[in-house]
Amino acid sequence: MSRRSAGWPRMLGRGLLTLAAIAFLAVFLLLPLATVFVEAFRQGAGAFLAAVGQDEARSAIRLTVLVAAIAVPLNLVFGIAAAWAMARFEFRGKALLGAFIDLPFSVSPVVSGLVYVLLFGAQGWFGPWLEAHGVSIVFAVPGLVLATMFITLPFVARELIPLMQAQGNGEEEAVRVLGANGWQMFFRVTLPNIRWALLYGVLLCNARAMGEFGAVSVVSGHIRGLTTTIPLEVEMRYNEYDYVGAFAVASLLALLALVTLAIKIALEWRYGDELAAHAPGGR
Amino acid sequence: MKLLPAVLTLLAALATTAVAAKNVTLLNASYDPTRELYRDTNAAFAAQWKAQHGDTVTIRMSHGGSGKQARAVADGLPADVVTLALARDIDVLAERGLLPRNWQQRLPDNSAPYTSTIVFLVRKGNPKKILDWSDLVRPGVQVITPNPKTSGGARWNFLAAWGYALRQPGGNEARAKAFVHALYRHVPVLDTGARGATNTFVQRGIGDVLLAWENEAMLARQEMGGSDVEIVVPSMSILAEPSVAVVDRNVDKHGTRAVAEAYLKFLYTPQGQAIAAKHHYRPRSPQVMAKFASRFPKVQLFTLKEVFGDWNQVNARFFADGAIFDQIGPGN
Amino acid sequence: MRRRMLPGFNLSLGYSLSYLGLIVLLPLAALTWKASGLGLGGLVELLRVPRTLAALKLSFGGATLAAAINVVAGLLVAWVLVRYRFPGRRLFDAVVDLPFALPTAVAGIALTALYAPNGWIGQWLAAFGVKIAYTPAGVLVAMVFVGFPFVVRTLQPVLETLEHDVEEAAETLGARRWQIFLRVILPMLVPTLLTGFALALARAVGEYGSVIFIAGNIPMKSEIAPLLIVQSLEQFDYAGAAALGVAMLAFSFVLLLLITLLQRWSRRWAENAP
Repeated sequence: MSRRSAGWPRMLGRGLLTLAAIAFLAVFLLLPLATVFVEAFRQGAGAFLAAVGQDEARSAIRLTVLVAAIAVPLNLVFGIAAAWAMARFEFRGKALLGAFIDLPFSVSPVVSGLVYVLLFGAQGWFGPWLEAHGVSIVFAVPGLVLATMFITLPFVARELIPLMQAQGNGEEEAVRVLGANGWQMFFRVTLPNIRWALLYGVLLCNARAMGEFGAVSVVSGHIRGLTTTIPLEVEMRYNEYDYVGAFAVASLLALLALVTLAIKIALEWRYGDELAAHAPGGR
Repeated sequence: MKLLPAVLTLLAALATTAVAAKNVTLLNASYDPTRELYRDTNAAFAAQWKAQHGDTVTIRMSHGGSGKQARAVADGLPADVVTLALARDIDVLAERGLLPRNWQQRLPDNSAPYTSTIVFLVRKGNPKKILDWSDLVRPGVQVITPNPKTSGGARWNFLAAWGYALRQPGGNEARAKAFVHALYRHVPVLDTGARGATNTFVQRGIGDVLLAWENEAMLARQEMGGSDVEIVVPSMSILAEPSVAVVDRNVDKHGTRAVAEAYLKFLYTPQGQAIAAKHHYRPRSPQVMAKFASRFPKVQLFTLKEVFGDWNQVNARFFADGAIFDQIGPGN
Repeated sequence: MRRRMLPGFNLSLGYSLSYLGLIVLLPLAALTWKASGLGLGGLVELLRVPRTLAALKLSFGGATLAAAINVVAGLLVAWVLVRYRFPGRRLFDAVVDLPFALPTAVAGIALTALYAPNGWIGQWLAAFGVKIAYTPAGVLVAMVFVGFPFVVRTLQPVLETLEHDVEEAAETLGARRWQIFLRVILPMLVPTLLTGFALALARAVGEYGSVIFIAGNIPMKSEIAPLLIVQSLEQFDYAGAAALGVAMLAFSFVLLLLITLLQRWSRRWAENAP
């Protein structure tokens, strides 16, 4: 913080701003979360445990984790590459590339699943060839992974680009001048400078990958125990009038989100107050 | 550059759909609220098949909106059998060559082993005194029904109302259209599916009456509504015929035709019919129906064929873009 | 030339383009190809239907408004989370991601449960005659919900690395806090705020799962464009669905491109400002 000699008015201002932020978060985010848990436990803990203990729920969790474990690292590598190109170089069509990176956000989830069906479905471009070779992409795990990659593709890149642009080229150019090769520069300067943004990006990417519903729903085929991720399991239970079961499984996703939070907090602790200090001179 | 194809190949390798020799696996693509029905049916059939042939049958289920399931099968979901909400969704598969066009004649009763009908769900004590279709268009009555363009089930609702109006004394097409038009002016929320509509009505407390399949109304009362809602059976309604079929192209590829056919025939056996009745579907078999008569109130039923012809005609006339529903639905 | 100074231009750009091409552009090409079955005349015809227009207006108008709300609320929340220490800060920091983690359909059902006339929030509003669920306002609520994390998460890293010396310099020169905020900090944040706005907007435009439960879905009133796509699919009209999808995509793309250009311009302006 700049100066600690905060007077009354400033303290008051801070207090009011903090209250306003908390109020917004509470009404818009915490209440919906609370609703999920209230519905999940409406018939008691026994019903909740019975609902999440079913084999179908377990296989849905496994599949969700598997899909995220493939899609997130791929998008991580893409994000770093794209951010490097976008933030460190000037080239023609840069604005266009930026807009392309954001494109998956603006594609309706309804459509983003459909496009893979149009490509790999039985009536799609590559469908007949795939069928002849006994490969299934849609209505199988690869389709789920592809749709998830599509939906979460921009996250890491979007997180890194503004930060790297704000940081500028200076430090990297300096170590280059001092004779570091490309990878040395990347691992010793670039990566440490962007690690928190990278972490945010990965956490967001992961949360969205696990929670994605619309696109995945189109390519899944909803085969129970085989191609249903947690969000799809929620949908199916809801549609079967298993209200408590649906919310119980949904609360699992919220819990998964809390696990990622725990990881984040642990990392923050482990690496001291670097994030909290956020002092530019501290690097 | 080379990473991606490699990854895709890896993913493809993950997606093997292995079928073991002795253990037969069937995939049944069904519509939404049939989970309990088929959980019992599958267990009973697997036991019977094991006793008769010694093989273990595992039946995997896929559930979703009826139309969406039909699209998935057309786009390559390897379902051996489809058990959907309306014949039209199976017709679509026949048009794409996945099964012969005469599929409905391959099994008894138009390939619909169990049926249902459209009934009303009202608030406890029926405060608005809703007893029949004509009560739905009284001033101040709000009706909850999903959008027939996104929900297969809601098409039966629409057609039930139309058929009722048509069959009233002095009823004709113009009057039926006017009645249904009036009915949809009483619809404040147009959910995309039957389940969403039920939620809107039971949980959110919107509306005075919900139009629903009989089996779903019973399920909703049992699972969610408890004592807050009750079922009203109108004087007349439509016979909803959810259809089943073997998908020839897939069973021939998987070598599962015999099991798949036996599986669907099992639905017609006394045991299969009793399971259907237990899960609130009206059985076709008169003997089983007699046993469960107390569950299913008598109602005058008309069939789709009697009143409207086939689904192609129905869709072109009512539900296609710019057709009657677009002219008289909510918002008009 | 700067390009010579730093390595990896060809590698990073080449990789990015190939990846984008395979995962995003190829599938979207398939979509456009499917839509072309309708022909340009068919597309124009489709877009001239009043109901389609009303739905597009709701989707784009609602998303713009929601993104604007999110920029204000997001800046507030990000600022408080980064600058101030208070009990429960980490918990609040974590719940920001909730709209990503919660499946959209669950969010939709939960929001409807809150804002319906018999819900926790809805009953208070109902007392004042305000209806949220099953009206276009409900659409807005869902859109704010799904877009919110974008603004906060884009702002946070930038706020964290914001140069303090500038602020301090301004402060020693006797500037008031709000003056520093308006004249020094806000201009530096504009490009990032624009990014957040663009992302929140893009996300909300296409949103389906959380909106349909709360919207009411009455044609011409509370029907969103993605719902029309679903309706076309239910008619097995893939071409019509694809055409509407492409039209929405084109609008969004133009919007995103405009925002990117605006952003570059604002950055240049911020850099050149004294």
